[in-house]
Amino acid sequence: MIMNSRSRLVCPAAGCRNMLPARGHRQRLQFWGKWGVLLTAAFGFLAAGGLSFAAQQTQQIRTARQTPFPKKPDWSKLEVETLHVQGQVHLIAGAGGNIAVQTGPSSVLVVDSGYEQMSSKVLAAIRKLSDKPIRTIINTTLMESHTGGNAALVKAGAALQGGPGVGQRPNEGDLIGHSKLLALMTEIGRDKIPVERWPPSVFSGKQKDLYSNDEPVIILHVPNAVTAGDSMVWFRKSDVIVTGEIFNQASFPFIDVEHGGTINGIIEGLNTLLDMMVPKHNQEGGTMVIPGYGRIGDEHDVLEYRDMVTIIRDRVQAYMKKGMTLQQIKALKPSPTYEYEPRFNRDPDWTAEMFVEAIYKNLSVAK
Amino acid sequence: MVRFMVLVIVLGGGVPAFAQVDFTGVWNGQTGWEDGPERVAGPSLVEFLGLPINDHARQWGLAYRAGRLSLPEHQCQVHPVHYIHRGPFASRIWEERDPVTHQLIAIHQAINTYEQKRTIWMDGRPHPSPNAPHTWMGFSTGVWEGNMLTITTTHIKQGWYRRENLPSSDEATTIEHWVRNGNVWTHISVTEDPNYLAEPLVKSEELTLNPNPNSFNPFWQCEYIEEGERARGEVPHYLPGENPWVAEYAADHKLPQEVTLGGPEQMYPEYRERMKTLPIAVFTPPGETPQTQSPPPAPAVAAPPGQRGAPGPQQQGGRGGRGQQE
Repeated sequence: MIMNSRSRLVCPAAGCRNMLPARGHRQRLQFWGKWGVLLTAAFGFLAAGGLSFAAQQTQQIRTARQTPFPKKPDWSKLEVETLHVQGQVHLIAGAGGNIAVQTGPSSVLVVDSGYEQMSSKVLAAIRKLSDKPIRTIINTTLMESHTGGNAALVKAGAALQGGPGVGQRPNEGDLIGHSKLLALMTEIGRDKIPVERWPPSVFSGKQKDLYSNDEPVIILHVPNAVTAGDSMVWFRKSDVIVTGEIFNQASFPFIDVEHGGTINGIIEGLNTLLDMMVPKHNQEGGTMVIPGYGRIGDEHDVLEYRDMVTIIRDRVQAYMKKGMTLQQIKALKPSPTYEYEPRFNRDPDWTAEMFVEAIYKNLSVAK
Repeated sequence: MVRFMVLVIVLGGGVPAFAQVDFTGVWNGQTGWEDGPERVAGPSLVEFLGLPINDHARQWGLAYRAGRLSLPEHQCQVHPVHYIHRGPFASRIWEERDPVTHQLIAIHQAINTYEQKRTIWMDGRPHPSPNAPHTWMGFSTGVWEGNMLTITTTHIKQGWYRRENLPSSDEATTIEHWVRNGNVWTHISVTEDPNYLAEPLVKSEELTLNPNPNSFNPFWQCEYIEEGERARGEVPHYLPGENPWVAEYAADHKLPQEVTLGGPEQMYPEYRERMKTLPIAVFTPPGETPQTQSPPPAPAVAAPPGQRGAPGPQQQGGRGGRGQQE
């Protein structure tokens, strides 16, 4: 009986009318002994008034779920949110993929640019952070949600030069990406991706180093991850890494197989991230990451994501070694992604089944 | 009778919102009570009894291989706030008050397990943005409901409901109720998790006031070490249906297999009747010839192969304890 009273005490939501204490609690309930029935009545009566107030107060506060960016949104109603990550780095969320902004004494550096339709709101958010010129924009990947606002940010930016510059170069921000990203955009063509979104400043090796606002900034190429042209950006003094889409808080990582994306590239990228990250205390804090999409994380978040992606890859690989076809793997119960589906199977454009299919395609080629 | 009267007085006086209780002091967990096994020895593998987990959490637990905890990045993983009160627990609690008005701003909690520090904001501030980072202790706000402190915690890191091998997601919310009766602090928590719990998980502990506050040792050093060589990026796990240890705990305790696999129906008295109909699990250590065993029971609910109540390789089962079988 006490159990029922307690369930009323602690049950804040509808649908838990039969809730009972966890196993073992019954032993302790014997503490109340023979007074159980009387206590139930007294407790229920007295608790009803005060605790209904409790339920009302606690009912509304819940951890928000990470949800993918809305499909076909009413752009006019979307707003961006700015959060300070640490050091000189800020997150602008809500414009598509995440945007990182480094501010400092001399300039503004931006990683990714969100959708084009959100550019004016992104620029306004940047201007609230700093009135310094936007000198540099870096792209981590190909997606429109990360590159759509490139042109607007470039135009709003300013190079470190006087006047129009050498060879009548316009005075605007410098857009940087890996050479393979530019190659992909070229291959896809200007009718689908306007030239203004292409990065004119490219690097072709493993990394490119910058020094911005008294801080080393390292752009690391992540080969054949989401696409062939991915990068992540490491703000070394602020201790923040912008991961690009290899880490997405609201879905399984997208693998753009058509444009060179591979599961093993994503896993290697996540392992590289773990190599670079140092938690401050007991797997918390320290190096922080801005994922391609979703909330700010630290090493433990990346770790759990890496574990998940690796386990799913291993399963598909094991099933393939047993000679199973893609259809057979997709028909498995439980599916290779089963325990991760409630948390990450949220994007109708990138379902768990699509993720498994992409892994299968990758591993078939690798065989 | 005295206890009854105390309860009536405490609860009766508890309705006015301005009544408050002082939790200041050092509190210790009790290792000899029913939560003792969680505090010290830890659970066995596939010991999910009575936990209202869903099928997804169960699959996570059945694929869990203890070697995963030997990976450097997992070694200093902290009990999340909904679990830590069942760690080997001692805690110092103190108040932060406005120096002029003496209004309560926050209640601070230092927990010796994994050296955690926690702030319960009492000043009505909102919870952080969905884009803010998560922590082991989450972000907590409290309100007084009579003499009971009710705390809502969001932004908790992914962790576990059963040590190591049953996941809690980073989208869980925990509501605590703190009640003080003399030198006993009754701690009740209700955790909702849209990803891994089928119904709210309700737990309670009783902690006692330590008369010697100077005995509190806040330090819990954890530094990872190399525990053997592994290929880069290797993540130990069992393929679905291939965990050879699933039945060990059930067989050792002469329990039906289904009972050890958890689920919301196990919280209710009616489940006792079902238990009586289930055969006791049989465990065959890997490498030995399987014994003849009864046919597996029909599942209480439809379950896919490899899941709760379903026949499969996991009718053979697991050695208990953190890292023992690696």
